[in-house]
Amino acid sequence: MKFTVAIASAIEALTANVLRSFLTMLGIIIGVASVMIMMAMGAGAKAQIEAQISALGASTLTLRPGATRRGGVSQGAGASTPFTEDDLVVLLDLPFVQAVDGQINGGVTAVSGQTNWSTQLIGTNPGYFEVQNLEATQGRVFTEREARTGAAVAVIGLSVVKELFDGIDPLGQRFRVNSVPVTVIGVLQERGQSSFGQDRDDVVILPISTARNRIIGAHPTTSKHVSRIEVMVADGYDMATAQSDLEEYMRERRRIKPGASDNFRIFNIADFVRARSATQQTMGILLAFMAGVALFVGGVGVMNIMLVSVTERTREIGLRMALGARGTDIMAQFLTEAVVLCGTGGLIGVALGFGGAWVAAKTGDWTMSLSVQITLMSFGAAAAVGVFFGYFPARRAAQLNPIDALRYD
Amino acid sequence: MAQNPYIIEAHQLTKIYTMGDQQVHALRGVDLAIERGEFTAIMGPSGSGKSTLMNLIGALDQPSGGELLIEGHALSTMNGAQLADLRNRTLGFVFQQFNLLPRADALQNVKLPLRYARHDIGDADARSRECLKLVGLEGRMDHRPAQLSGGQQQRVAIARALANRPQIILADEPTGALDTKTSEDIMKLLVELNASGITIILVTHEPEVAAFASRQIHFRDGLIESDERSGS
Repeated sequence: MKFTVAIASAIEALTANVLRSFLTMLGIIIGVASVMIMMAMGAGAKAQIEAQISALGASTLTLRPGATRRGGVSQGAGASTPFTEDDLVVLLDLPFVQAVDGQINGGVTAVSGQTNWSTQLIGTNPGYFEVQNLEATQGRVFTEREARTGAAVAVIGLSVVKELFDGIDPLGQRFRVNSVPVTVIGVLQERGQSSFGQDRDDVVILPISTARNRIIGAHPTTSKHVSRIEVMVADGYDMATAQSDLEEYMRERRRIKPGASDNFRIFNIADFVRARSATQQTMGILLAFMAGVALFVGGVGVMNIMLVSVTERTREIGLRMALGARGTDIMAQFLTEAVVLCGTGGLIGVALGFGGAWVAAKTGDWTMSLSVQITLMSFGAAAAVGVFFGYFPARRAAQLNPIDALRYD
Repeated sequence: MAQNPYIIEAHQLTKIYTMGDQQVHALRGVDLAIERGEFTAIMGPSGSGKSTLMNLIGALDQPSGGELLIEGHALSTMNGAQLADLRNRTLGFVFQQFNLLPRADALQNVKLPLRYARHDIGDADARSRECLKLVGLEGRMDHRPAQLSGGQQQRVAIARALANRPQIILADEPTGALDTKTSEDIMKLLVELNASGITIILVTHEPEVAAFASRQIHFRDGLIESDERSGS
């Protein structure tokens, strides 16, 4: 029997009882639409998280001198040896390290003419711009040489430009950080708010030695100290491996005995965000599972109606067998009916899913991400339900004894 | 096979139905041979085994014992698909209750067995029209069963039986649901088909109907009681 003929006779059989077919289909329609909306929701949430992570730097590891816990008493971050600029130099030589920066921070007052502005100071080395993937949109960032010699040059964020140099070209302007005069050599690209709500454009970036020697002041016990280090892991290296290698290396370098706990901490910012989003994802999985249950129930409805249909049409099956239909022909006929039923339901469900996702994105606070893949998966799920739940009734029809089927009433 | 004059042979054919804890012997060892081109009427009271024999010859049911050969092939050696192809290609069925698909028109009903054909059937549409023309229904091709009289419905059923150009037509009480005049017309049609070379086996309990056949076999209690050829 030709495929098109099979489809045509399946449609003919299904349209013989339109209301029943539609009600059966309704389960599939609702199931497919909810599967699709839930998947779009999940994909949307995931895309949002990935965007956050890539904004933070997906391949960045942060080191801080960390609390060693002894007997449950935290000794505090300051209690252990700080990092120094020497650490930056050796870290850069590790094979998996693409770039390194060290930072010291502080709150400062920037003064230009009569204008005062409280802002955040970051003293760092040029590696910072590579690690953070930042460029100067005007002028330039400072060089390794300027960082080493303590040049009085500053790269400033857009918010600082707005406060101190509104309406004038900031490049080459001199201003004071606390009381230290510096010259603007570059303006950073816009970064917007951090995921914690902080304005990341409100910043003055100086060479680390300038910031330390002239503004923040030296560490009481350590020269050339940095309060945190950021490491950019080179492409092609696994983050988890890099993190444990880095930990191993720093333990050795800081002469921590085997068994003793670290006196520093390594954060993977991406992990941080992922942990925060884990709840959201669990929720998404739960919703998708419930949508799947809806589709399953729809499938049970299809099986039920197919069984009824086989029983009602037992004589017809017997007749077809008498006219030469093989068991496989009968099987194909009923399986085609189930698949056409579910496929049509799937198409309507997909259309409804598109509509539902659109409405949810418009009215609710949801990020929806619909892809061809999600559409195909939803429709495929419907077709699979048709085959799965259609198989048993179809097989039952195919296994009828011709004479028993023909005499059935 | 050309040497074998018998298109159907039954050897010690038995059929036992189990109904609850009771066993009903529908056929008790029937020997029968039907020649190619014969028109045989099988008669007998209900429960005599005539319909059972018909169902076995039609490969719709399996015997409990004995052997049945159609065109020299033993049915017991065939699998389900081969039996289906035998029903499709070699046999044509005509039923008492016509058994037409109610939602399909006459032409679609006649085309139904062609759907299941595994051999080359050429233009299914043309062939079906030709069959309907043969039974005198060329003007009613797009009529549904409900729009046709009983006699016309049985003609459609006969056209359907002819669609795959069978060697044998099995007609189980074909006139049972028809009035006398219409019955006569249907029987004349079957006689014409027999004249064109098709072997026909007819089950009936009406002697006037059986009289159209060239051979009458009477069944009683699962055995052949008499077997006579009329001189026609």
